[in-house]
Amino acid sequence: MPNKITPNKIFIVFGLVALSVTACMSTAQQKSVQLGIPVSQQQLQQFDLIAAPDGNGLPEGSGTARQGRVVYDQRCQACHGANGEGTINSTQLVGGNMQSAGPPVRTVGSYWPHATTLFDFIRRAMPADSPKTLSNTEVYQVTAYVLYMNDLIDQDQELNKQLLVEIEMPNKDGFVDRSSIQ
Amino acid sequence: MKNSDLDKVAGNGLINRRHLLQLGLAGLGSGVTNSVLAAEDSLQLQIPQWSKQPGPGSSAYGSRSSHSEYMQRAAGAPNPLYPGGGASRSPLQHLQGTITPNSLHFERHHAGIPDIDPAGHQLVINGLVKQPLVFNYEDLLKYPMVSKIYFLECSGNSGSLLGPNAADATAQGIHGLVSCAEWTGILLSTLLDEAGVEDDARWLAAVGADAASMGRSIPLNKAMDDVMIALYQNGEPVRPEQGYPMRLFVPGWEGNVSVKWLTQLKLTREPSQFRDETSKYTDTLPDRSSLQFTFPMGSKSLITSPSGQMQLDRQGLYQISGIAWSGGGSIRRVEVSADGGQSWADAAIESNRSDKALVRFSIPWQWSGGSAILQSRATDSEDNVQPTRESVLSAQGRMSFYHNNGIQSWAVNGNGEVRNTYA
Repeated sequence: MPNKITPNKIFIVFGLVALSVTACMSTAQQKSVQLGIPVSQQQLQQFDLIAAPDGNGLPEGSGTARQGRVVYDQRCQACHGANGEGTINSTQLVGGNMQSAGPPVRTVGSYWPHATTLFDFIRRAMPADSPKTLSNTEVYQVTAYVLYMNDLIDQDQELNKQLLVEIEMPNKDGFVDRSSIQ
Repeated sequence: MKNSDLDKVAGNGLINRRHLLQLGLAGLGSGVTNSVLAAEDSLQLQIPQWSKQPGPGSSAYGSRSSHSEYMQRAAGAPNPLYPGGGASRSPLQHLQGTITPNSLHFERHHAGIPDIDPAGHQLVINGLVKQPLVFNYEDLLKYPMVSKIYFLECSGNSGSLLGPNAADATAQGIHGLVSCAEWTGILLSTLLDEAGVEDDARWLAAVGADAASMGRSIPLNKAMDDVMIALYQNGEPVRPEQGYPMRLFVPGWEGNVSVKWLTQLKLTREPSQFRDETSKYTDTLPDRSSLQFTFPMGSKSLITSPSGQMQLDRQGLYQISGIAWSGGGSIRRVEVSADGGQSWADAAIESNRSDKALVRFSIPWQWSGGSAILQSRATDSEDNVQPTRESVLSAQGRMSFYHNNGIQSWAVNGNGEVRNTYA
């Protein structure tokens, strides 16, 4: 049987046309306010601090754990302890094991899935009393030192963008992405 | 009216939710107590002093009665290792209705409250967009806005109830990291459309302008749905402790993703894996795997009156009152039990049942001087039923304290003392 346009269908078609016209009108009205100022990625270089696991946003430069110890002793150890053992449990950087018999101690070494997060967090938020005062080189150095204390790199290894992305954290497979549940 | 005339709907004194409405005020008086009818002869009402002299005139900025100053947020002690970090909790047991006054909305900070001059604040949209853009505050005020009433809850709220011992604490102390407000702002999709989202963008990194530059990643489909750049809270500019001059507001999701002092939105293919979505705000299970990006807040309720550390001062009728909410939709039903969950009765929902907002529920309860365990259980529009504390513990174990939406139990003893308990 050939498709007939019944009165109902005509109504629906008209309704859809009316709806799409309305939608176009409201979109046009919204777009009448467009006050964002164009900016280049170059202009955001000092502003965008996000350092991602794929290396996006990690700056040039490098540092070693041996160099990082000097910075750490001055800027970090008051809260995190001489050897990353922490002064209260939430500042412990070293140790722990996710497969331990009792409740696992969760530290950078035992828990964090990505080494880039360490660089990202130190650069944006550490030291807690004066964040964003370390140079990128110092951030690489301190990051290297924390990784060294967790036996993840050698003391004189040059930590740079490429190596930071390649480091496999012990608990990298320990997370289950639940973002699809919304 | 005798107690036997009351329409009992569940064990241990719960009365039909329509009872008080039907009785009206006169009935309420006689149902609660005879004191009005049997007024003491010595009671002689006088015109009070404040009715005999004019008070001060109007003022430029209002303040509350000195007699309601007991209503305070409860903040933890400052931690020198965590400057500006910590939380303060809303006094849920003293609040009524569903809107939290801005001065009493809970707080959570990761590096204190920045003192932001809006003239120097910028909102950047960059990453996988056709044209990176920067927005000034004054310009954002010119955009079309929406106003929505939404709850906000920290995912660490009620986490102490997963501990082994039931702490002697108030509703505020246990559950005060939830609040509700009317949020007004620009739908995020409006600004993302202006920048032009690239086809391969899947996530959005949101960063605040606080000293921690706190960041969280949000899936793009949520960002394009109901997320807003909130500029106003309950009609006034968002307060500094809530993110002035602007915050992200992500309805129904754990509070931490509603990034305050919002200054950057970066479109990405993958989540940025910030500290606060890896080391923190992840949930380690008994098998030692950890759930990441556990965004929606569960179906939840609690009785705010009577609640922890309150004292029932007489036998008779009480109006049990509480709040319920769900990140999964609106609240469809709240049930109340007075016998530790053996029997349940439907509470009345007094407020509008709007999506992802608090509702206020109530039910009359006859207390005859015996012991009782008061509980409430919420069901949302998606049929998510609030679980018991035991089922939360069996599902997530004891290594995670986030996302506890288990049923709260308040024990009433023969002296009328109300205490937090595990039932």
